[in-house]
Amino acid sequence: MAPLRILAALGLGLMFGLGLALSGMLDPARVRGFLDVGGAWDPSLVFVLGGAVTVSALGYQFVRRLSKPALAESFEIPTNRRIDETLIGGSALFGVGWGLSGFCPGPAVAALSTGALPVAVFVAAMLVGMAAHRVFARRMADTGIGARIP
Amino acid sequence: MSPYWASLAGGALIGLSVGAMLIFHGRIAGVSGLVAGLGTDRGERRWVDSAFVAGLMLGPPAFAGLSGAWPEMRIVASVPVLIVAGLLVGFGTRLGSGCTSGHGVAGLARLSPRSIVAVFTFVAAGMLTVALVRLAAA
Repeated sequence: MAPLRILAALGLGLMFGLGLALSGMLDPARVRGFLDVGGAWDPSLVFVLGGAVTVSALGYQFVRRLSKPALAESFEIPTNRRIDETLIGGSALFGVGWGLSGFCPGPAVAALSTGALPVAVFVAAMLVGMAAHRVFARRMADTGIGARIP
Repeated sequence: MSPYWASLAGGALIGLSVGAMLIFHGRIAGVSGLVAGLGTDRGERRWVDSAFVAGLMLGPPAFAGLSGAWPEMRIVASVPVLIVAGLLVGFGTRLGSGCTSGHGVAGLARLSPRSIVAVFTFVAAGMLTVALVRLAAA
């Protein structure tokens, strides 16, 4: 089963990457065009998200009838319902970075294969940011402040 | 073809990938979580994360092979801005437990209240940032 799970993940990643390329979302200028409500607003991202949410919602409705995933033993769907400062603060920081660059993690990682140097710079900084969060989260857990609920 | 049709079709492919990841692996295909998992996951899970990320990177060359042209990419931000933005995106998506795919696609599809709040927050923050950059440049 393991090779099948790994192969399936490769195929699904490729599908995601192809979808990103087709959607135009690898282009930071179009993403920033969506965020630029005061300028020449570009609604592309609404169509991308609309298509993606609709199809994955159908998938989710199907999943709800399954007792377990097709290739795995159990589901790992978040059950946390707490809306707190880490969720809002983290999302706000992400939004600022997204607005500055026009890149979010999916398109940036996919675009690494274009060989564009600015993309590699962005992804390297993103990995540093993720590593910094690991250190930060461990510190917070040690002091008991803002301990994350899994 | 109108660019919006391509956006809708591309979005549907992304949704198919996210939906199938739930059906097959029982997991949320959130790119920030999968990329962070490369550093923390062990064993087979790490291979699954790596395979998805490798597939993701194969997307643009596959698109170029099928369509005959690489997807358009216009990067206007300078290198220092890209570094600051990358740090914010990396730290922020981990603190907020997700990005445009995990919260934006999978979370909205599940009507998760946390994801709805997250999407509203990062879209608002992104719009505000672009507006402020525009103001500062004027």
